[in-house]
Amino acid sequence: MIKKLIGALALVIAATGAHASGGGHPLEAAPDRINDMAALQNGAKLFVNYCLNCHSASAMRYNKLKDIGLTDEQIKTSLLFTGEKVGDLMMGSISAKDGKAWFGATPPDLSVIARAKSANAGPSGSDYIYTYLRTFYRDTSRPTGWNNLAYPNVGMPHVLWERQGPREMTMVAMHEHAAEGHGKGEHASWQRITTTYDAMGYSTVKTENVEHYHGGVAADVKFKPLDPARATAYDSEVADLTAFMTWMAEPVQQTRKRIGVWVLLFLGIFFVIAWRLNASFWKHVK
Amino acid sequence: MAGDKTVETTGLLGWIDRRFPLTSTYKAHLSEYYAPKNFNFWYFFGSLALIVLVMQIVTGIFLVMHYKPDAQFAFQSVEYIMREVPGGWFIRYMHSTGASMFFVVVYLHMVRALIYGSYRKPRELIWIFGVGIFLCLMAEAFFGYLLPWGQMSFWGAQVIVNLFSAIPFIGPELSIWIRGDYVVSDATLNRFFSFHVIAIPLVLLGLVAAHVVALHEVGSNNPDGVDIKAKKDKYGRPLDGIPFHPYYTVHDIMGLAGFLIIFMAIVFFGPEMGGYFLEFNNFIPADPLKTPPHIAPVWYFTPFYSMLRATTDDFTWVLSGLSVLAAIVMFFRHKGLVKIVSAVILIVVAVLLRAIDAKFWGVVAMGGAVVLLFFLPWLDYSPVKSIRYRPGWHKVLYGIFFVNFLILGYLGTQPPSAVFNLMSQIGTLIYLGFFFLMPIWSTLGTFKPVPDRVTFHAH
Repeated sequence: MIKKLIGALALVIAATGAHASGGGHPLEAAPDRINDMAALQNGAKLFVNYCLNCHSASAMRYNKLKDIGLTDEQIKTSLLFTGEKVGDLMMGSISAKDGKAWFGATPPDLSVIARAKSANAGPSGSDYIYTYLRTFYRDTSRPTGWNNLAYPNVGMPHVLWERQGPREMTMVAMHEHAAEGHGKGEHASWQRITTTYDAMGYSTVKTENVEHYHGGVAADVKFKPLDPARATAYDSEVADLTAFMTWMAEPVQQTRKRIGVWVLLFLGIFFVIAWRLNASFWKHVK
Repeated sequence: MAGDKTVETTGLLGWIDRRFPLTSTYKAHLSEYYAPKNFNFWYFFGSLALIVLVMQIVTGIFLVMHYKPDAQFAFQSVEYIMREVPGGWFIRYMHSTGASMFFVVVYLHMVRALIYGSYRKPRELIWIFGVGIFLCLMAEAFFGYLLPWGQMSFWGAQVIVNLFSAIPFIGPELSIWIRGDYVVSDATLNRFFSFHVIAIPLVLLGLVAAHVVALHEVGSNNPDGVDIKAKKDKYGRPLDGIPFHPYYTVHDIMGLAGFLIIFMAIVFFGPEMGGYFLEFNNFIPADPLKTPPHIAPVWYFTPFYSMLRATTDDFTWVLSGLSVLAAIVMFFRHKGLVKIVSAVILIVVAVLLRAIDAKFWGVVAMGGAVVLLFFLPWLDYSPVKSIRYRPGWHKVLYGIFFVNFLILGYLGTQPPSAVFNLMSQIGTLIYLGFFFLMPIWSTLGTFKPVPDRVTFHAH
């Protein structure tokens, strides 16, 4: 009986789990560079140079970067451009009001964005950032000329586009096409819709009817970099930037894991002592 | 005159004992407080709850030193604690993990009471104080959750306070009075801070004291549900009892060590607990103009939240129908005044269920699900206390109840959908049915004979 109940529960959870996922562009796992000081420093450089123009990281002081191996001198000479002090908070250069006027939404503070964008028991915020920064495509229908797969119709333009180089994108989607006189189901015909965005953002759409298709609604996206070397280097840069933003969201994360090992070792020993102590008292109890 | 009392102790201890009941209190509550010797795993959670309470108070004191209860600065001050206060991250994670683990421990403590009948005579008051503690804990968690001033803090509070507006006539004014504003705002944050750090903790501590005093008056129940005071040795000590100190103090230290391993593993390696202990959306500062697409309370509220959402307009038809059915049953099963009064009340409830907005009944279902627990000692009519001596199908029933509670909890974390809503409606009926029908089912079946002495296997 209990087994049956547990089985039923497992089924419910499996079914609802499938229900919960789905929809949205699949996120790619960000490379783990959280322990790579060079990557974190490069990420910090990219962050200060590109992101901080519009966004802030108001919980971060510049001199917190000493935790990732930079010196006060290095911070002063290569990361402070407009007379800030090393003890200052990382504030963006534009006002919230201007941001709202120019992009339709105030650029969010990025201090803890890598944590905020995580999903319950799902992909981490780092995966989101890594995917988001690599799925911009030119789209002339947008006010900024840019669109994004991870965040459709985003207000932010592709600030890093020169580092990535021009790309073309092809999106292939299967649509269930309910022909006249037919309901949805087995007899419905399917269409394959291929949308291509060229490097300038102009799109062309090709529609084909497909017979004998038994899959579900699916979308597949392919990017074709016109400068593959630059695009590959960009992927690595974004991985660095993602690592930095992941670190920035919780600068203490590596420290806490390091201390945690010792804490658990101590508690393990403490448990054994407590267990034996308990046993020695209780052995006389009949 | 102070100092004239005759005591056995001498020296400093004697001096104190003549003025303060130190030795006698120590004996009455520790060294000569006899607890049943057959406690099992389930009996760790009482002392663990006390320890978590102390941890919450101590970490809370340190958090208050750095936190700013101001809508302008609250979110930033939490990040300031995380980054710039030495060890602040540890204190904060202890507190956030402690909040969730408090509920884990208290839920398990309640499961223990349910399965071993610890709420039965003469322990009704212990149980009532305990349910009071549970209510305080929910209030404490709710008020505390607003303080980080993230999106979930803000919108969670907004949703819950809005529930009060469903109360007929006084609702809208009441919810404004609670918030101190038309929306959750700085005024709300300030008063919730006050409730969280002083008002509720005071009540909580009082109830905990009452809970322990009541427990020590009648003594603990045990997994066999046997009264150990019935069989005593020539010194008047229960044969199956054992002094709390040192036997259960060393035992509880072992339990604490095991608990701390789990607790610290969460604090140091996964303080967000996959988004269930620290919700990811709460890392976005509160924005009154941007409603999140999916607002879910923290996991420990979700079973009750499911019952709230389950109570739709359609569902009040079901509840109303069941109320009429209950009226008919009461009318034919009982005699005299009980028969008339109960049937009339149930019919009135059935009518009101349709006359008042379903939103109100959702609130009643959610609150009632907790309040119902107060009445448990008078709902259970079974001749034995412990589940060990109940019929096999009673065990199945308890199993269904607990699994159902977990499913309701899961459903409460998910965005609403037709299937999930139906499931939570069934779950709500199972939850309510378990208690409302308990006077009937708890007497049915073949009960096993309860032994005179507890079952104990020497270590």
